[in-house]
Amino acid sequence: MHDGFALLALLVATLRAAAPLLLAGFGELVAERAGVLNLGVEGMMLVGAAAGFIATAATGNPLLGLLVGALAGALMALLFGVLTLTLRANQVACGLALTIFGVGLSALIGLPWQGTPITGLATVIWPGLDRAGPVAQQFMLLDPVVWLALAMPFLVFAFLYRTRPGLVLRAVGESHDVAHALGYSVLRVRYAAVVFGGAMAGVAGSYLSLVYTPMWTENMVAGRGWIALALVVFSAWKPLWLALGAVLFGFVTIAQFHAEAFGLDVSPHLLATLPYLATVVVLVLISRDAGRLKLNAPAALGKPFNAAG
Amino acid sequence: MTARLALTGITKRYGAMLANDGVTLSVQPGEIHALLGENGAGKSTLMKIVYGVVKPDAGEIAWEGTPVVIADPNAARALGVGMVFQHFSLFETLTVAENIALGLGSRQPMAALVAEIRQVAAQYGLAVEAGRQVHHLSVGERQRVEILRCLLARPKLLILDEPTSVLTPQEAEGLFAMLRRLAAEGCSVLYISHKLQEIRALCTAATVLRAGRVVARCDPRQETAESLAEMMMGGALAPASRPAARQVGAPCLSVGGLTLPSQEPFGTTLRDISLELRAGEILGIAGVAGNGQKELLAALSGERRAAADMVRLDGQGIGALGPAARRALGLAFIPEERLGRGAVADFTLAENAMLTRLDDRIAPHGLLDLKAVGALAARLVARFGVRCASIQAQGRSLSGGNMQKFIVGREIDAQPRVLLAAHPTWGVDIGAALAIRQALQDLAAAGCGVLVVSEDLDELLEIADRIAVLSGGRLSLPMPVAEASVEGIGLLMGGAAHAPAA
Repeated sequence: MHDGFALLALLVATLRAAAPLLLAGFGELVAERAGVLNLGVEGMMLVGAAAGFIATAATGNPLLGLLVGALAGALMALLFGVLTLTLRANQVACGLALTIFGVGLSALIGLPWQGTPITGLATVIWPGLDRAGPVAQQFMLLDPVVWLALAMPFLVFAFLYRTRPGLVLRAVGESHDVAHALGYSVLRVRYAAVVFGGAMAGVAGSYLSLVYTPMWTENMVAGRGWIALALVVFSAWKPLWLALGAVLFGFVTIAQFHAEAFGLDVSPHLLATLPYLATVVVLVLISRDAGRLKLNAPAALGKPFNAAG
Repeated sequence: MTARLALTGITKRYGAMLANDGVTLSVQPGEIHALLGENGAGKSTLMKIVYGVVKPDAGEIAWEGTPVVIADPNAARALGVGMVFQHFSLFETLTVAENIALGLGSRQPMAALVAEIRQVAAQYGLAVEAGRQVHHLSVGERQRVEILRCLLARPKLLILDEPTSVLTPQEAEGLFAMLRRLAAEGCSVLYISHKLQEIRALCTAATVLRAGRVVARCDPRQETAESLAEMMMGGALAPASRPAARQVGAPCLSVGGLTLPSQEPFGTTLRDISLELRAGEILGIAGVAGNGQKELLAALSGERRAAADMVRLDGQGIGALGPAARRALGLAFIPEERLGRGAVADFTLAENAMLTRLDDRIAPHGLLDLKAVGALAARLVARFGVRCASIQAQGRSLSGGNMQKFIVGREIDAQPRVLLAAHPTWGVDIGAALAIRQALQDLAAAGCGVLVVSEDLDELLEIADRIAVLSGGRLSLPMPVAEASVEGIGLLMGGAAHAPAA
């Protein structure tokens, strides 16, 4: 029984740690499959985390906080879209700038709220959380956001490969010139994909500040946005591999805490690098076939679209 | 009878250039109408206007007697216009059915669409597998997918832009039969080409464009290839002279057992290629695009390295050497892309001249002798009739034909042992093409081995001594041109028996 419980706790903790990566990663996957490389995931997550936290602290409603976080991420993405899609600025430079902007903006607006206590999402949805038994508590820890994150791979897969708008989105990412010649609105598809990616990053960020931690500290996303980006590329833009990579990252994050609990005599800073290291190593091994990576990459990724005539 | 499509006074300007200047054209129902003109005459721009990809600056379009504005391709398709592009507009990583679904804009379920694809494909004799991904298909199959995509929309006007440039002669015959059937059913066809023989065989009316203007209208069945060419060019042509027999010497370039896996996702793997090029001959490599031409040229020029023994120049193994080392040994190379690989668009002609000629005469002790550079460029311009403002003109300011004459001249002037020429007259006007072919013939007559890779079979039959066919990464045995037939080469191009054709 005890072993079983430990396993359950480990699984729940893993899924919770993986949730923000799943959300942000699948948002970015959709944007990249439409041909837009948005390196601003980290910045969008931070702004989403700060905005979501402030809304929750101000209203006491974490569901509203999540919504505000999603909106904030979407607005950041919209800004990126205006720069790169309408004004055709360089996507890599704008993405990096978006992250730098997000780091600063979130620190600025979040400053007065540092240390403010909030009611976490789980407590709001499950009023009986404190009184429930340990097993039930574990299940309650899997809140709706985690379920949404777990559903993302299936939802995105079904959208991309089983619906007509998904087909159009893949087509736009494959060759915007051909899609344009066939009469599809490349910019409309790309704006939608980018804003969706931003909203997902915003949800992922507010999940961190509302549920996972829950509190606001500067730079609290701690590189998860970059990991989400790396996961998308190393998974060769495939939903299944992306999901596996995210869960792996979550697992090593949790395992690292257990290693500390076991009294492993390694610097905690070194241990803290493990999830990043393990994820990158495994995914590099998976994707070392450069030809396959090339084949799967959306051919128009990162290229600005300029309609002729 | 009301014309299906009537264009009046269509004008389109790009910067200083008038791509279309008051073009008037009408196509009747059931007519196969040729749009004839040299590269840059404005054919493609005009068709993009009809298809709604480009908006005209002035002029009117009437569809079945009613004036219309074609705002985008959707509007064109709604009218009943279908277009088969010269460079295919297919998505490589999607399946045939997905590509067709994207082109149709209908929302029927995939299974029903696949059934309809099969039915229309059978009706018009266009065999394709609906479930395959496009990057697995041959060029001919891709074109069938494009045509199917148009046919499923039940078009009233089908536009084809140089459709046979990627087909074997047999495939082209199949295409013509299909187009005639389509026309008999009342569909109009607008057929863009500069291949005069096929226009005479297929089309029932023709409009000739030159420099953006309509210069002639005719019934191509009443004309000769020569008279059509004169309408296109605006003057008579002297055909290239072919010496009765060239003196053929010892082998200068030999390739044996060359096998190279492709490095590109959609590339072709070279399989056990052997060939022998002799001094003083022109060896033509025919084949449909995408059968290994790019890969073979890269392996011969040195852009891809192989085992040293696989490629030999005058008996010396050079397979492991890079392009510069091979050039130094006397192997010159004219690449496929003029601007980007053959020359630099932003460089002046003088600078472009020295790109492949940095020897001791041009750059003694590593320092540029600008006088010698200028003299070299001026010599090339004069000797090969390059039309340019001066040798200080930028590469991009020259027309395709003039730039190509300059690049061909630069390589010939280096007096190579062996010259590799990739699609030397692709996208070049007829006058420049003639000059380039003549220059290659003269070079061979002077004792250089010339290897020409081209998709233009007529060109190879005109200038080559022997022809081999590249298909699926394999090279057939070369056959003397005198013994070659278009049908036999066509069969080899389509991947028939790996043996010389009769």
